[in-house]
Amino acid sequence: MSTTPVLALRGICKRFGAVRALTDVELEIHAGEVVALVGDNGAGKSTLVKVITGVGPADEGVIEWNGRPVRIHRPHDAQTLGIAGVYQDLALCESLDVVGNVFLGHEICTAGVLDEVAMERRTRELELMDTLSIRIPSVRVPVASLSAGQRQTVAISRALLSDPKILILDEPTAALGVEQTAHFLDLIERLRERGIGVLLISHNLGDVKAVADQVAVLRLGRNNGFFDVLTTSQEQIVSSITGATDNAITHRKAWAWEAML
Amino acid sequence: MNKSEASDLNTTRAGGGTARAGPAADRRQSAEGEQGFRGYVSEITRKLRSGELGALPGVFSVVVIWTVFQILDHQFLSPRNLSNLSVDIVGTGLIAVGIVFVLLLGEIDLSVGSVSGLSAAVFAVFNVNNGVPEWLAVIAAVLVGAAIGAVQGFFFATIGVPAFVVTLAGLLAWNGLMLHVLGASGTINLRPQGLVYGLTNHYFHNTAAAYGLAALGTVAFFVTSYHDARRRRAAEVLARPLTEIAMRTGAVAVIAFAVAYVLNQFEGLPLALLIFLAVVVGLDFVLRRTKYGRKIFSIGGGVEATRRAGINVAWVRVSVFAVSGTLAALGGLFLASRVASVGQTAGSSILMINSIAAAVIGGVSLFGGRGRPWSALLGMLVIQSIASGMLLLGIQTTVQYMITGGVLLAAVVLDSLSRHSQKSHGRA
Ligand SMILES: Nc1ncnc2c1ncn2[C@@H]1O[C@H](COP(=O)(O)OP(=O)(O)O)[C@@H](O)[C@H]1O
Ligand SMILES: [Mg+2]
Repeated sequence: MSTTPVLALRGICKRFGAVRALTDVELEIHAGEVVALVGDNGAGKSTLVKVITGVGPADEGVIEWNGRPVRIHRPHDAQTLGIAGVYQDLALCESLDVVGNVFLGHEICTAGVLDEVAMERRTRELELMDTLSIRIPSVRVPVASLSAGQRQTVAISRALLSDPKILILDEPTAALGVEQTAHFLDLIERLRERGIGVLLISHNLGDVKAVADQVAVLRLGRNNGFFDVLTTSQEQIVSSITGATDNAITHRKAWAWEAML
Repeated sequence: MNKSEASDLNTTRAGGGTARAGPAADRRQSAEGEQGFRGYVSEITRKLRSGELGALPGVFSVVVIWTVFQILDHQFLSPRNLSNLSVDIVGTGLIAVGIVFVLLLGEIDLSVGSVSGLSAAVFAVFNVNNGVPEWLAVIAAVLVGAAIGAVQGFFFATIGVPAFVVTLAGLLAWNGLMLHVLGASGTINLRPQGLVYGLTNHYFHNTAAAYGLAALGTVAFFVTSYHDARRRRAAEVLARPLTEIAMRTGAVAVIAFAVAYVLNQFEGLPLALLIFLAVVVGLDFVLRRTKYGRKIFSIGGGVEATRRAGINVAWVRVSVFAVSGTLAALGGLFLASRVASVGQTAGSSILMINSIAAAVIGGVSLFGGRGRPWSALLGMLVIQSIASGMLLLGIQTTVQYMITGGVLLAAVVLDSLSRHSQKSHGRA
């Protein structure tokens, strides 16, 4: 793709005390493109998500939005640009109900007063509530009493509500069942058709192969390769994740990865 | 908007299409089923089962306490005693409303007693000792409360000192400052017939006042519930059935007119009660119907989630502590008005303990995110009823403290149990 990426990261560094969680990380996401970000546990994927969404800003590096450098210091900055995220640690409000969580920070108001009716109706109309058949007893139950899969659906609905240009999903299918995951992958394809750029973090290379256009590999906080999904074998991606150069090891590790799927 | 896309999906992906149509259709059906009366009943049972008891324990306590004291002493439910009760709850009740705000954040403010004493002292010194006009002295006293709250909130929200410690330091410091402000004289008597004196001593003797307020409250309750239900039905979301609304309105009417009748048997509608009700209704609206209120609830339910939603958590926290300080100052003026003076015992720790106890007994969760300003009124009714009954029976305050302590413990146990059951409910 020769067009300017909607979101580009250049030389992102992030430290937690002595731990270098991210070092000189580069990443580009174009409109209508699904980029998968893969890497072993502790590779820095979630940290990168928090850099992009302003939850944990970078120490160094440049973030470009449509080719222009921007500052993302707080969640609000990312939201204004049009970046929405679903975090691995879901970040929902336990005591608010489903509607309250979906609309948190974007409440619909009529003459300065919360319009609960409008918000409840829109929550019911959200595509996920329908297609994922999450069977929430009522959109008025506090999320504290929901199952992990239901919470995940609420978190994803919440991210979609803001009509983002870039959607970041940190292991979104981890708590979903087989059928829900299938629906979810369909949803990602529809988002791509709408021109939304998606950054999908997943441990499931099957999912990645199914929906992603590009795969970016992160290893020990550094970029470890970019691949085109169509022309790259799963083994190549796995060896890049594990950092194995030796063939035998690559194969054994690849085998181990596939066994996990 | 996405219904068409969803059905699109079912046809293009022939493989899973039919299999997926099932649950989606199911889901729609259950959504419709929710709207009937049955759905409403199941909603209530779900709430009770998952431990959202709300005001029930408080109401139950009031009924039990009133019954017991009425049996022990027939003066207890006399118009005179009940009217006095309705004025006695106001001072501490206002402070308790501030505590409700802080508890909703999942925090605590131990300084409210001292702040109320200091504010009352500031008022008395300005007005009585220095001849500052009364309205100006009132504004100064309230501003002192608000400023102290904001400062404490600042230390907590931006520097990260636990609220418990900041306000504990405040409890000590502001009490010391109050004693300093009161000076050698110790006690300052308020000017009789003044504005502040009238706060708890003025009654609307005309019976139309109390009845009018009862009627206004009932009509307002009905109109808002009815309007809300009609909008909900139009939008096809879960709505209260009309019979429900009628029953609730009936209950509100019975309580409101009974209270008005009793008050009119004595001196009429007390100004203090009117102000207290206005504050409770107003702040209840702010908490449940505005974006600001929603932010307070969401911080209580998850600070990190609120921060990630792009909300300025620090600002909300500072403002809530300022609200708490403001209400503490207001409460202090009412308490001073009740005894017509400000003395060295003003703003004692008992005040702080009672106001926190009132909020918790009234149904506010100590863990944040659950409760309403009405809880302050209900909790104060419990506490003040115990105090008033004991006074009638000539029992020492020591026993009163022990009983109030027991009720508080029971309330906290209920709160913890309900939180526990809410966590385990449906998550297994
Ligand atoms: N808040 C934090 N404080 C200290 N270290 C952290 C923090 N968050 C992440 N890390 C460290 O940063 C590294 C990357 O973590 P993370 O981004 O969660 O990895 P991933 O999501 O790829 O599994 C890990 O070594 C982790 O221990
Ligand atoms: Mg992670």
